[in-house]
Amino acid sequence: MTNPGTFSIPAAHDVRSGHSSLDISHSSFPPQAGGSHVRQVHDSFHGDLLEVSMGPHHPSTHGVFRMIVTLDGETIVKLKPVFGYLHRNHEKLGETVTYLGSMPYTDRLDYLSSMTNNWAYALAVEKLAGQAVPERAEYVRVILAELTRLLNHTCLAGFLMQDCGCSGTPLMYAFREREYILDLFESLSGSRMMCNYQRFGGCRVDPSADWLAGAQKLTDRYGAFLDEFETLLTGNEIIMARTQGVGKLSPALAISAGVTGPMLRACGVNYDLRKVDAYGVYPRFDFRVPLGDHGDVYDRYMIRVLEMRESIKILQQALAGLPAGPIMDPKAKLRSFRPKAGEAYGRIEGPKGEIGFYLLSDGSPNPYRYRIRPPSFINLTILEDMCLGHTVADAVIILGSVDIVLGEVDR
Amino acid sequence: MNLAVIPVAASASEWSDAFLERLPLVARDLVTSWLPEPWRWLVNSLISIAVILSVFGLLFAYVTLAERKILGRIQNRPGPNRTPIPFINLRFFGLAQPFADGVKALTKEDVVPRGADHLLHFLAPVVLLAFSILTFAVIPYGRHLVPVELNAGVLYFFAAGAATELAVFMAGWASRNKYSLLAAMRALAQLISYELPLLLAFVPVVLVTSSLSTTEIVAAQAGWKFDLIPHWHVFTPWGFAGFVIFMIAALAESNRSPFDLPEAESELIAGHLTEYSGFKYALFFMAEYFGMIALSGMAITLFLGGWQAPSPYLEFIPSYVWFAGKLIVLLLGFIWIRATFPRLRMDQLTRFAWKFLVPLALINVGNAAFWSLTSHWSGPLQILRWLISAVVVVGPFVLMGRKLSAGVAPRVYRYAAT
Repeated sequence: MTNPGTFSIPAAHDVRSGHSSLDISHSSFPPQAGGSHVRQVHDSFHGDLLEVSMGPHHPSTHGVFRMIVTLDGETIVKLKPVFGYLHRNHEKLGETVTYLGSMPYTDRLDYLSSMTNNWAYALAVEKLAGQAVPERAEYVRVILAELTRLLNHTCLAGFLMQDCGCSGTPLMYAFREREYILDLFESLSGSRMMCNYQRFGGCRVDPSADWLAGAQKLTDRYGAFLDEFETLLTGNEIIMARTQGVGKLSPALAISAGVTGPMLRACGVNYDLRKVDAYGVYPRFDFRVPLGDHGDVYDRYMIRVLEMRESIKILQQALAGLPAGPIMDPKAKLRSFRPKAGEAYGRIEGPKGEIGFYLLSDGSPNPYRYRIRPPSFINLTILEDMCLGHTVADAVIILGSVDIVLGEVDR
Repeated sequence: MNLAVIPVAASASEWSDAFLERLPLVARDLVTSWLPEPWRWLVNSLISIAVILSVFGLLFAYVTLAERKILGRIQNRPGPNRTPIPFINLRFFGLAQPFADGVKALTKEDVVPRGADHLLHFLAPVVLLAFSILTFAVIPYGRHLVPVELNAGVLYFFAAGAATELAVFMAGWASRNKYSLLAAMRALAQLISYELPLLLAFVPVVLVTSSLSTTEIVAAQAGWKFDLIPHWHVFTPWGFAGFVIFMIAALAESNRSPFDLPEAESELIAGHLTEYSGFKYALFFMAEYFGMIALSGMAITLFLGGWQAPSPYLEFIPSYVWFAGKLIVLLLGFIWIRATFPRLRMDQLTRFAWKFLVPLALINVGNAAFWSLTSHWSGPLQILRWLISAVVVVGPFVLMGRKLSAGVAPRVYRYAAT
């Protein structure tokens, strides 16, 4: 990729060729931090390869994910991801319940960010039905989506540090902040994680003045938490040595694999749906899109930290400019809701990437076809390309930096 | 067994030496004095063994509790505080927690994998614990409290300590588990790599004190400069460098974070402990803490003046209290490091040992030789001696450190134009 700002698909070549067999004459192995290289040895002297099944009950696969790893010493020569242990028939369920009935199910997709899942689904249905959304609801949606982004990225940073072997301290700091956000969600929607808050044509309840004051307070002090977190971790030499130069992803491969979200932006590709689609009221806010240059684990971590700072800016603007008015479109129909026949694809920039819902309506109360574009599943598909040539220890943090939630991967 | 009466050196603390300092010996003699003379040494040594096992057993129990509580406090949570003392329903900060843990470990089913090598699987924790307990024999815990007076005590200590590596490999190999095998591989590489800086770090002490006996090394650190700065080895440039290298290597030798690669929880589940359960697992745990305590005790003996008081005005406190105080401070340091550091990767770990610690330790040996050759320098020459010695250590530290962390730096990020 010469110009990461554009979206040209790279010349047709199978970027995954050569991985299918145990042949490790794969393209260049990525250099390690500190200048040394992983040795490529596989001959009679060095003996056989070792196949290890990491997961589905491994402590750091973020749920029930499984990797079948082929090791030469500790170097990975082949990695086969296996998923589906948490398959819940989500998409078929979506076709058997009403449009509104699917809303609580979307909470269970990416259970760390139910608000953005709700929004993406609501957006798809609103497109399908031609439903307008009041301005206040759009603002509230932005506030909740950015709070979700803060929550998700904070958790991810904590989990990533846990994968680096931090004995839980950063994770607990992250969880402390997460709990404040979850308190806000709970007081608004009645549930910490399974919020089920968005509706077609607005939001379920109007946030009270108290709630908005709480959100303002959290927004005001979140920057201080990020400063503390970064002071303790970002400059840590072990963290830098562990993450820099590890799990490099080229922009060309990232684009052709359909990677989205912070992972794509860490490769230097300027693609943020909040800017590209300009959905909701995002064009009214002033925020920037941070870009990485190396596409390694450190970049992915840093891009998320910088995105959190931008989210705080958006939150400040949205809370200041929140207009009065109805939270629900009075003409919106929830019960016996039957959109006319047609199709719609609604997508937003979720914390993990582009979360999209495709709906095909035949005029009945249920969607005829209900399909999800889960960002963490698609981001996960290139795990092997990032892990080859690295060690087991690196594979764990590379997986951590992809930011998967198995509820969404397996659906 | 040289616990018998050693002529007491006259010091400012005649009173304490007469009673508090000799209290453990007096208590022991109360038991053994009525025995016939030929049996006395046997019962004396049995008492030493029992005291060591019970004191360090209890210390292990409460270090685990302290670790969990301090880790909890560092991580915004209270740590274990619910375990009541049996029969009286009193929680008392969870002080009964270690005993509850012990009961739990004892009553758990002991699972041995079908494919495991049963003999080695059983032997590994036993061997590990036995060798870690052996290391307690030569540490001087107080003015009169040296269980075994060996003239090559330091050598014995490191020989017994190095044998624990065998047990870790035994555990990893015998479990017939791929994670355990990877852990055994890592453990061997790590322990052999860090054995070297550990040994090289104490060579300067031997050079300067020209003795391998732990009691003589402690005796060499007696006294104070201007009644203010103790003559401990850590207060010299070579001693400070040696102490830091020794403690880093001790962290790695006892498999503690950030060098806990053999049992890297997020990578290898529990490493060589994966297939252990119940009391065998508890034995591994115990051995890890015993290793930590023994290495801290040796660091105190070699660099922190052993049981010596830090100030002549504090000498009235018995020597074994000083030793215990220093030991607890070092153990808290271990816990603090565990709570705050991420783990290294295997290649970084070995690189750190071979390309940084070993050369630095070798330079430090030369530094100590310079120090002992210039011991007659006085007046302004003494300041020069300090400066040269400091530069000899700090210079390579800075240069090699820069080389070690080359290519690793914080980055500046750009933002999209639109």
